[in-house]
Parts: sequence; C-alpha cells; structure tokens
Amino acid sequence: MMSEKKAHDALDRRSFLRASGLAGAGLFATSAPVLSQQGKPDPAITDVQDWARNLGPGVVSSPYGKPSEFEKHVIRRDVEWLTAGKESSVSFTPLHELDGVITPNGLCFERHHSGIAHVDPAKHRLMLNGLLDRQMVFTMDDLKRFPGRQNRAYFLECAANSGMEWRGAQLNGCQFTHGMVHNVWYTGIPLKTLLDEAGVKTNGKWILAEGADSSGMTRSIPLDKAMKDCMVAWAMNGEALRPEQGYPLRLVVPGWEGNMWVKWLRRIEVGDQPWHAREETSKYTDLLADGRSRRFTWIMDAKSVITNPSPQAPLKHKGPNVLTGIAWSGRGSITRVDVSIDGGKNWRTARMDGPSMPLSMARFYVDFDWNGQELLLQSRAMDSSGYVQPTKNDLRQVRGTNSIYHNNGIQTWLVRANGEAENVEVS
Amino acid sequence: MSKSAKFIAIAAAATIAFAVAPALSQGKKKSGLGRVALPEEIAAWDTDVRPDGAGLPPGKGSVKEGEALFQEQCAACHGEFGEGAGRWPVLAGGQGSLKSEGPEKTVGSFWPYASTTFDYIRRAMPFGNAQSLTPDQVYALTAYVLQLNDLVKEDFVLSRENFASVKLPNEKNFYDDDREVSEKHFWNKKPCMTNCKVEVKVTGHARVLDVTPDSKTGPKVD
Repeated sequence: MMSEKKAHDALDRRSFLRASGLAGAGLFATSAPVLSQQGKPDPAITDVQDWARNLGPGVVSSPYGKPSEFEKHVIRRDVEWLTAGKESSVSFTPLHELDGVITPNGLCFERHHSGIAHVDPAKHRLMLNGLLDRQMVFTMDDLKRFPGRQNRAYFLECAANSGMEWRGAQLNGCQFTHGMVHNVWYTGIPLKTLLDEAGVKTNGKWILAEGADSSGMTRSIPLDKAMKDCMVAWAMNGEALRPEQGYPLRLVVPGWEGNMWVKWLRRIEVGDQPWHAREETSKYTDLLADGRSRRFTWIMDAKSVITNPSPQAPLKHKGPNVLTGIAWSGRGSITRVDVSIDGGKNWRTARMDGPSMPLSMARFYVDFDWNGQELLLQSRAMDSSGYVQPTKNDLRQVRGTNSIYHNNGIQTWLVRANGEAENVEVS
Repeated sequence: MSKSAKFIAIAAAATIAFAVAPALSQGKKKSGLGRVALPEEIAAWDTDVRPDGAGLPPGKGSVKEGEALFQEQCAACHGEFGEGAGRWPVLAGGQGSLKSEGPEKTVGSFWPYASTTFDYIRRAMPFGNAQSLTPDQVYALTAYVLQLNDLVKEDFVLSRENFASVKLPNEKNFYDDDREVSEKHFWNKKPCMTNCKVEVKVTGHARVLDVTPDSKTGPKVD
C-alpha cells in the first residue's frame, strides 16, 4: 500500500515537472547526504556546549513563557510609509516563519484605528439596544455564565490585505503582501444567544456593532448573519484575548472582512436599516474602473499564498526542499490547492495536511527537488462553493486597479538560481 | 465529616446541579442573565446617526462657527481647507477624480451620505480627544466640511431639522455586492492543469520600487 502510494506520488511529480519543461538532466539527481567539511568531526557534536554543561534558569524564570532568544526575528512588522501614524495603522503577521494552521496570539496582525485600548474587564459592559423587547446590559461575568459556550477556529483577514499590489508587485515578502490574516480558536457564545435573550422585534433587520476604543468603530451587519454564526468571544487559542485583538471582548464574523470583527465590543444595536458608518462608506467600499463603487462586499473570497519559499524565506539548499503555504475562503472550506512552478502554465495538486475546516485556514505542501533552476511559483486555492482563486489580471479585468480591497489574486514569486525569491507579476 | 462522607455529599450536590440545569434550559428560553439598560445609559452610548437623520441630537451650527473650530482642532492633520497634511485624510476636493489613476476619495467626491461625517466626528474626532465636542460643535464642523466641498453656501446653518435635505453627489454610484453575478466565471469546477498559457513573461518586479522595509541582498545557497 505504502510503496504503491509512494510510486504514485513520484510519478505525479515527474509528470508535473515534465509538463513544466523542467524535467531536464540532473533534476532528479539525489542529493548526497550532507557530510561535515572534508570529513572533519562536527564541533557541534564534539565540543561540550554551554547548555550541556551548565544549569539553565529554573522554573518560573519566565512566568509567562516567551519564544527562544534565537527566534527574535519572528515578529510582527509594519510598513512606515503606509499610514500617517502608528495609532491608526497596521502590522503584519510573519507568515513565512509559521507552520500549521493556527497563528500564535502574539503574532496575529494588528489593525487599530485609534491605538490599542486597554480596557479594564471589571468596567467593561456589553449593551444591547434598539429594536428589542428589552434593552439590556451584560458584564463580562454575565457573558461567561451563559449556556452554550463554543470553540471555533476561523481566519480573520483584513479586506485590504494585498491592497498595495493592485497596480503591480510592490512589497517583497508574504508578510507584507499577505500578512493581514490570522487564524485562531475563539471561545465565546453565539451572538444569537444574546439577541434571543433580549428578544429581537420583527422589524429588526440589521445590527450595528460598536467598539469601546476612541475610534468608536462601528459596522452594520445583516441580522441573518448575526443570527447564523457570529460570536462574542473573550478567548483566543485558549487564553484571554490580547489587548490588541480586543480584550476583553470582540465580535467574530466568520468568513467576512476583518474590519467587521469589532474589537473591545461594547454595544450591539438592532435596527431596520444599515447605518452607513464611516467604515462602510468612505472605507471598505470597492471603487471600480467606471467610477462606481461596490458596497457591502463582506465575504472574503478564496485566497492562498506560498509562504516558503518567498522573498523573506529564500531557498538555501539544492536537492530536497519543502514548499508550503496557506489557503482560506470566506465561502466555505478549502477543498484543493494547486501549485505551479512555471508561472501558471502547468499545475499540480498540493498535499494538504492538518484540518480543513469551514472559514478556517488550511495548510498545503509540495515536497520537491530543486536543482538551481529558476522558478515562477504560484498557488491557486479552490473552495467548497466551487470558487477558484483568480489571477490578478482576471481581477483587474473586472475591477480595475483602484478598489484597494479584496485583492485575492494569485501571487507569483520568482525564485532565482541563487535561491533568492522576489515578488513579481507575470503575463 | 470523614473524607468519604464529604465526597458523597459533594457528589450528591453535583447530581442535583446537573439534574436541574437541563430542566432550566428546557423550561424557559431566557437565562435571566444581564439587566435592563437605563435610558441614561443608552443615551450615553447610542450616538449613531443614519442617513435619514435618525439619531441626530437637537442642535445647530454654522459654517462660520465650524471654520473657527476647524482651524483650531482639525487643521493640523486635515489642512486649513481639508486638503490634508502629510498622509492624513483629505476631506475636500477630488471631484471628477474617481475614474483616474489617482482617485481622491473625499466627503464631496466619494462619501454617499452627510450623516456619516456627523456620526464620525461625534464619536471619533478630534483624533486623540474623541467625544469632546458638543452637538452644536459637531453640526458646525459638519457644515464647514460640506462648505469646503461646495455643497452648501458660506452662510449655511446645519441643524437637525434641515439635515436630511443635504445630499451628497456620489450617493447614486454605490451598489450592493454583485460578485456572484459579475464574477461568476471565477466559479469553475475544472480549472486548467496543463499547458494553460503559451508563454509566461515577467511583467513587473517589486525590487524596482524598493519600498520593502530593510530589503536585503541575495542569500547564499549551498
């Protein structure tokens, strides 16, 4: 069974490379196992290292654990020229340093409109008002006593992720081109539970979600979505929300643009029409080539990106290498990801590993041999609705280049003979 | 109490608690958690304003009053005439630019509703000193921003009563998400797998722009 499967995979790879015109001599040459230089013993083995001789720090030397000091480079980054100041700005998830499908809490990208609100949970309230039988107030303790607590993993993507790339390749690194996305486990209760508790009047059709920070973030959401799968969440990946992710309470709006996931959530109003707040009129509307604009483009379409290799994660070795990346869709689960090494001429289906849950991030791999040839890497996600991630040019044909938001086009990395990777556009 | 007796007592209490819980959730839909919000509490937080004027507080303010306030509290970021300082938001101008290479999306050129300006100033401005303006001041600032965009005259006084009469020119150019129709061709059960293009050319390089934070030189390959 195993050997049959292996043979099949190898065949797959051969035919893939042949079709790509890359099945040249030597491509499949097995790389020799790495020997130490000229057969000399490896000092990493023969020397006694400090950590093998001395005692390390004791327990609770770091009461809240931190990553290894050798991982200091694995951090969120910002792009200074993007915004006028740091309080209303964005930082990016280092996707090229991560694996699996869950984003660590401290690396989840940030987007604030008036800085990080530091909210005292004892003074935090959630108000429900508007077209309800009862206008209500809940404390954090109240919320945590409700029956029906849930755990759900969802991706959260900013609608402006890849927004700098509409006019062409601009930033060198998937952290900057695709890093406004993260995927975590949320713990909380369905928003429906609270709306049922207050009793939505029959003419209630929309909700307004409002944050407690000094931007007073507000978004209108159709009641259907609020009742279907929205959550009010107080925990991410098993611990309290981080302040920068809305501690002590945030709205979870699965599959929809990140701006709607109101942080520091303090109020839900029920109404019969949308409010047309700033973030759903002047921002988060999509200006098209004809000068008109789409509004209420809430769903995040299927998207994927190869995180390794990529400009911040070049290839360092010939021979066996692991290509990996992530995919997600606001219309369902990721059913398949294809990868091309020749700029989209030929494709092979990548191997997926880990769960592929609805509205959550999936992980794909292609194990390949690299002989130093130039590669034009692309990935193409497909979701359970049958949607196929389009090329950037496909998107531009429909939308032009002014729409800022919802750029889910296929990304191309040019990998050069020296292993360096660059963000490029292809015909 | 002996250890075992204590254990039995706890176990019995737990049994009762679990026996009661399902009865409660089946018996009545409401949990009884939370409390009724008081009118003063709702008034303190519910400041949102809709395009039809719902939610506007009583009050009024003139373009002239707005201009003085704007120079004092807003111009440092938005510029004296709403032209924007540095990369801070431009509030005025940009009419006719939406189809161009550099669309300028201002209150006058892009925003669909005047209510959004009022709502946003009241909740979030001035940046770093939010919720510090009186309703009359918000009316005055909204009036001034409208005047900067030539949407009202210099002697205009904006109030709750005349608010709904102010229409923004770009309102008609917004339409609801139609991707499932206009982008229907992105749904495709059998995407091309082989020989999908005749040739592939690199048409653009990020490196040409060189705007990535600390771009580095080429790596080493062994």
